[in-house]
Amino acid sequence: MTANTIEQKTQPKLTVNKLDFFYGKFHALKDINLEIPENKVTAFIGPSGCGKSTLLRVFNRMFELYPEQRAEGEVILDGENLLTSKQDVALLRAKVGMVFQKPTPFPMSIFDNIAFGVKLFESLNATDMEERVEWALRKAALWTEVKDKLKQSGSSLSGGQQQRLCIARGIAIKPEVLLLDEPCSALDPISTAKIEELIIELKTDYTVVIVTHNMQQAARCSDYTAYMYLGDLIEFGATEQIFFKPNRQETEDYITGRFG
Amino acid sequence: MSEKHLSSQFDSELSAVSTRVMELGGLVESQIRQAIYALSQFSVEVADQVTAAEVKVNAMEVDIDRELSSIIARRQPTARDLRLLIAISKATANLERVGDEAEKIARMVRSIIHSGAPRSLPSLELRVASDMASGLLRKALDAFARLDTTAALAILKEDNLIDQEFDGFVRKLITYMMEDPRMISPSLDLLFLAKAIERIGDHAKNIAELVIYIVKGADVRHAPMAHIESVVK
Repeated sequence: MTANTIEQKTQPKLTVNKLDFFYGKFHALKDINLEIPENKVTAFIGPSGCGKSTLLRVFNRMFELYPEQRAEGEVILDGENLLTSKQDVALLRAKVGMVFQKPTPFPMSIFDNIAFGVKLFESLNATDMEERVEWALRKAALWTEVKDKLKQSGSSLSGGQQQRLCIARGIAIKPEVLLLDEPCSALDPISTAKIEELIIELKTDYTVVIVTHNMQQAARCSDYTAYMYLGDLIEFGATEQIFFKPNRQETEDYITGRFG
Repeated sequence: MSEKHLSSQFDSELSAVSTRVMELGGLVESQIRQAIYALSQFSVEVADQVTAAEVKVNAMEVDIDRELSSIIARRQPTARDLRLLIAISKATANLERVGDEAEKIARMVRSIIHSGAPRSLPSLELRVASDMASGLLRKALDAFARLDTTAALAILKEDNLIDQEFDGFVRKLITYMMEDPRMISPSLDLLFLAKAIERIGDHAKNIAELVIYIVKGADVRHAPMAHIESVVK
């Protein structure tokens, strides 16, 4: 496999070198090499089981929750291989936040949903905390909809609002990288459009990595797209190039719906 | 390479619209042949047939555009499907213009006949250029149907020959006009007619460029020949 290095003005935020991943004996990621550019949106597409969510879960060491799973190789964040780093995992996950497929609000108020994570890493006084919560909710384009009911339960919100609440929670602790695993798959088109707008907005401050089954979503909101198949990274390039004239036949067959 | 989409409906939509473009191409090709025949025989009747066919060509253009819009709206095509549909849209516009040029030739033929001076004009000398132009269009349509970039490249090289023929013909017409000022009016008709033939060659060239666009994803309009050759290779 050729190196997947993109000509870019910015430094790569995450550099993946010779990454292999195993679920027990199953080889789920095979020699992945790529650089994820800073302050850009990078999308991973590919059929179910291709390894895209697995790769995302390596980026914040989420896989370590399961003893049978192991990663070999390097994922370099800010000059350090996060796979071998002695760094506290909680601190890593504060730096590399994640939003999941299904909205997962905590069973507490809208305000506390956001304040909870912040309290783990920072001790803010009441005013600063209120400011932080408002800032995160504004960033996630949810503030105007919830500002009068911050004491209500997070689960009282609609699915789309809950997902934006989770994104607000993710950015409240000011991560550097935001990982989004199928963030819109349970949402209606209007909520999806709001989150896509949000993703584009977020990249001015964060490096965003999104896994999606919706190829049009990757085409709409990412700067770079990676196509994965059966644990291999098949092609990585500028989104416009991938959707107009991919270099690899496998990529073209997949995105034009000739796969199967 | 897997040719079929998961959606067989999508496949049949694409193949239906491709077939329509080829039908349109066949129709304008026969329009040109008739127009050239009308010129060589000075036949008003055949010239009128060329004009009558225009209604059908226009209707087909509108139909194809509607089918294309529908496919794009419902399928969100990407990569080579996207390039194919954009190219079909442009090829259709080019073919409709070829039909217009054929109609222009028919109109000039009628005008020259009415001027009463047909036999004294060098109209037969247009035969070479007109055969070249219609041949080029046929080759362009073949290359489009087969997505044959090598054939497309050959067409791009050949278009220059028609341009050279046109320049030579213009010089000849000027001498006719200088010798006999009464020939100026019918000679101008013949000049417009020659220009229409030259334009048909240009449209064939545009279609050939679209073949390279579909297959290679490269826009080779206005590009130097050396670059186009490196793209096709």
